Amino acid sequence: MFSYTPLIVLFPLLGFLVLGLFGSRIKNEKLLGILGSGTVGLSFLVAVTLFVQMLGMHPEERKHVVDLFTWISAFTGTSSSLSVSVAYQVDQLSILMTLIVTGVGFLIHVYSIGYMHGDPGFWRFFAYLNLFIFAMLNLVLADNFVLMFLGWEGVGLCSYLLIGFWHDRKFEVGGYKPGTSTTSDAAKKAFIVNRIGDFGFLLAMFLIFVNFGSLNFDAVFGRASVVSEGNSAMVWIGLLLFLGATGKSAQIPLFVWLPDAMAGPTPVSALIHAATMVTAGVYMVARCSVLYALAPTALHVMAIVGALTAIMAATIALVQNDIKKVLAYSTVSQLGYMFLAMGVAAFSAGIFHVLTHAFFKALLFLGSGAVIHAMHDEQDIQKMGGLKHQLPTTYKTFLIGAIAIAGIPPFAGFFSKDEILWRAFSSEYGSIGLWAIGVIGAALTAFYMFRLVSLTFEGEKRYGQDLHPHEAPKTMTIPLIILAVLSIVGGFVGIPASLFGGNSIEQWLEPIFAPAYEKLRMEPHPVEITEYLLMLLSVCVAGAGIYCARVVYLRRSKLADSWKAKYPGTYRFLFNKYYVDEMYDTVIVAPTVKVSEGFLWKGIDVKVIDGIVNGSAKLVGMLADVIRRVQTGIAQQYATIFVGGILLLLIWLIVQ
Amino acid sequence: MGITFSDITSSAPLVSLVLFSFLTLIVESWGKDKPVLSYWVSLLGVGVSLALSFGHLGAGIPVFGGMLLQGGFAGYCNLIFLSSAFLTILLSRGYLERMECHRGEFYILILFSTVGMMLMAGALNLITVFLGIELMSVSLYVLAGFMRKKVRSNESALKYFLLGAFATGFLLYGIALIYGTSGTTDLVAISKLFPQLSHNPIFLVGCGLLVVAFSFKIAAVPFHMWAPDVYEGAPTTVSGFMSTGAKAAAFATFLLVFVRVFDIAGTSLSQVIAVIAAASMIVGNVTAVAQTNVKRMLAYSSIAHAGYMLSGIAAANVEGETGILFYLLAYTFVNVGAFGIVSIMERQDDKKLNFEDYEGLSARRPALAVLMTIFMFSLAGIPPFAGFFGKYYVFLAAVKANLTWLAILGVLTSLISVYYYLRLVVLMYFREGDADLDHSVPRRSMIALAIAAISIVVLGLYPSLIVDLTRSFFKI
Repeated sequence: MFSYTPLIVLFPLLGFLVLGLFGSRIKNEKLLGILGSGTVGLSFLVAVTLFVQMLGMHPEERKHVVDLFTWISAFTGTSSSLSVSVAYQVDQLSILMTLIVTGVGFLIHVYSIGYMHGDPGFWRFFAYLNLFIFAMLNLVLADNFVLMFLGWEGVGLCSYLLIGFWHDRKFEVGGYKPGTSTTSDAAKKAFIVNRIGDFGFLLAMFLIFVNFGSLNFDAVFGRASVVSEGNSAMVWIGLLLFLGATGKSAQIPLFVWLPDAMAGPTPVSALIHAATMVTAGVYMVARCSVLYALAPTALHVMAIVGALTAIMAATIALVQNDIKKVLAYSTVSQLGYMFLAMGVAAFSAGIFHVLTHAFFKALLFLGSGAVIHAMHDEQDIQKMGGLKHQLPTTYKTFLIGAIAIAGIPPFAGFFSKDEILWRAFSSEYGSIGLWAIGVIGAALTAFYMFRLVSLTFEGEKRYGQDLHPHEAPKTMTIPLIILAVLSIVGGFVGIPASLFGGNSIEQWLEPIFAPAYEKLRMEPHPVEITEYLLMLLSVCVAGAGIYCARVVYLRRSKLADSWKAKYPGTYRFLFNKYYVDEMYDTVIVAPTVKVSEGFLWKGIDVKVIDGIVNGSAKLVGMLADVIRRVQTGIAQQYATIFVGGILLLLIWLIVQ
Repeated sequence: MGITFSDITSSAPLVSLVLFSFLTLIVESWGKDKPVLSYWVSLLGVGVSLALSFGHLGAGIPVFGGMLLQGGFAGYCNLIFLSSAFLTILLSRGYLERMECHRGEFYILILFSTVGMMLMAGALNLITVFLGIELMSVSLYVLAGFMRKKVRSNESALKYFLLGAFATGFLLYGIALIYGTSGTTDLVAISKLFPQLSHNPIFLVGCGLLVVAFSFKIAAVPFHMWAPDVYEGAPTTVSGFMSTGAKAAAFATFLLVFVRVFDIAGTSLSQVIAVIAAASMIVGNVTAVAQTNVKRMLAYSSIAHAGYMLSGIAAANVEGETGILFYLLAYTFVNVGAFGIVSIMERQDDKKLNFEDYEGLSARRPALAVLMTIFMFSLAGIPPFAGFFGKYYVFLAAVKANLTWLAILGVLTSLISVYYYLRLVVLMYFREGDADLDHSVPRRSMIALAIAAISIVVLGLYPSLIVDLTRSFFKI
């Protein structure tokens, strides 16, 4: 059965090739849609079959590598030679990610058939989406760092292509002067910011190769078990990999691209910028848990960065008015929770949150897409309100998503978030401070989500009379309903022991993280009374957040404005996203541009480099002229030179 | 020393090609004025031999009383020669028809010279080396002058013949000196005596003269002077064949004698070869910059590539050998393709052979422009095309053999080469011009070009396909 693994990757590739090469000639949207989503659906089916088979296996048998062919083989001249295969590794972690990518991916493909209806780039959209799925599957199924990096870069490319899908539309990008930027600028920003992270990833790969002599996961992690503690190279590897993760997963300091990535069509935001690609960093850290176990310093950094990102993004989300921007900052914040989990060595809790977040965040984004669709591309929640009557299905499913992310039991988000908070409190690598930040963040999450629900769906309608919003077609609502169901029940795979559950996801993933836990000397915790207290507290906090939001935005709607007037500085600070974009612009972008233009371009490039290039070209030209004169066309002269050559050669040989 | 049945079966690709050359000869003499028949028979012959060669890549075995090596190294080299011949035959038919000199003898000569090449790659005796070189060269002299009504073509043939005969003299003299000092022409026997003979100046002079003769065939400096004139005057597809098949055959013998049989690593012979390599890289690349005629540019480029590959021989190690074998295959596809496009662009009386005749080609003939771009990128050694890995492997070999200066020189001169290769690409894509064809390109020519281009891409993406295979040949 494992031998079918390559099919999972192959189907989306085929879809991309067919759509990319012949898509423009297929005029039938239905056919294009079936082709585009069908390939991902097939991959999902293969993955599910595989998963079911794995369930019946002994845990040790669940891992399997399918080696397709040697991709790069280089004899480097030293003892360690580089050999990289295109090989796919199925194990408990990668199959879980594959199920998320293909399952949620399939639903979003189906949704897109309705959402992109009538767009002239319909075929191109599906071609890119298929390419994305192909790249993402390479990322999660790779059995070595190089193939993973190929997928990593591939998803970055697709992200770029899809953010700028409507390349000439106006779009306000942070850091640009208002009214001067388009979606292409947002795409470029995403690409360039990610490049910084990718550079870290590359350096980490170099270090791994130097230290372990291989880039294959099994080889590296196997050799890692004999590395002594306190090896500073491990800390660098950990930090550089994490730098890569902060780029792809939008953490401080590289989170600035994600809110602007909302320039892309909404299904893209749901698939790439919420459910799958942005969790690649979390997956990568989980995959390398053994390496991080050797570098607790890197884990501490990760926990702190994650917690800070979680709370910072949550505060920004409080005051944004663009429905997708709120969700974007919410994503950044939730990713922060995942890294907090990773940082306190609660690896399976982090992956659990990846799973539940994929359900409810995809749901929320697709719901917002349905709203935007109904409102004819209006995204400002101040110009909405009362939509629950016109969009009943969207409203109900959106509400389920909001409850799930707020962390109300028994919805999916409760279990995963509570697991993270508990570990942040109780783990040897956690602390009360991290836990407190997490809890405050949770309260803010509940508040901004219900601010969004209240302003969009409830209260008075605030849009023009000429707008008649109507519910989305079935291809869009069915995925919403399925995701809503998953957002309700999705958390049941991780019910903790304290609530008399088996925490099956943690047990499932146990073999993957066992070596790391062993290195970190982590002991399983007995159930404590504190756990119940903290659980109760976080539910109360979430409830309070929801209640406050409803009071402020529904019953006493003047309150929000009066706060705005009372604390204008704070409001502007949050509204302008802590001025991070502006700071980057002043400190990094503007000086770089200035140095590039004034010094590197006009000084170094024009004067020095062009001088050298033109000079050496002139030299080569002169030399060529001389040699050309020897080529007279007279055979006797050729023979003479021939003999001259022989004489020189023989003299050399005899004298030596 | 009788011939056994297993001798015949082990050399099936060679034997079948010989039989097919005779068959073509008979067909041609009976079916006058029907060159198409010879075309098909020769294509079939090369195809059959190519198919048989795939079955002869295992361990090499000496056959015919130790005169010839078949399988392994020789089997792989046969693939190169036969690919070159196959593509050349496909490309030549349309070209010769347009040039109004389509005659069946052309195909016969291609087959005969390919047989010569196959003898060279399998030679285990200096006599076999000589036999192979002469069979190949005599056929090529005639092919170079195949357009007998054209002055240039005649001049080309005559020059090639005169200088070739000159070089043959030195080859024979070298063989005589080696025989005189070692008492045998059997290469394996000589290799056993090599350690003590390598201090004998007369033996060294003999080896030196062999180096001269081989360097002449691969067009290395200073024995390269014939190449630009001959390549320019010969029918264009023949130039492509000479610069790939013939060059590959000469390199195969070079490798066979000086790396596989004699171990010249670290000797003065290796130094001499390194110097010849360096001179070829410099002269080839620098002179190519000044050319206005695309055929001449490709001639100088072929001198430069001989230099790159020679650095693999000077290194005389496993990387050098595998590098050259990979390089030769890649270079064969690239250069047959590049000369093929030049032959398609060419008109009667040597028209449309200059750089400016390619201006704006991409607008009207996008497929040809893309193919030419792939060939030029590969020649320049830009990844992911096969040319990059060829250069990488031979330069790596040079570094490992402590010839780092040669590798650095190779990289620097490659830099120069980017100028003239990309100049063609720039002209095709970024210049307004009226480059076009006044005839339609035959499908068989496009198929040949496509095979070449796809092979380059595949070899560039999976170099290990070939490298792993060739590494298994090292040492007999």
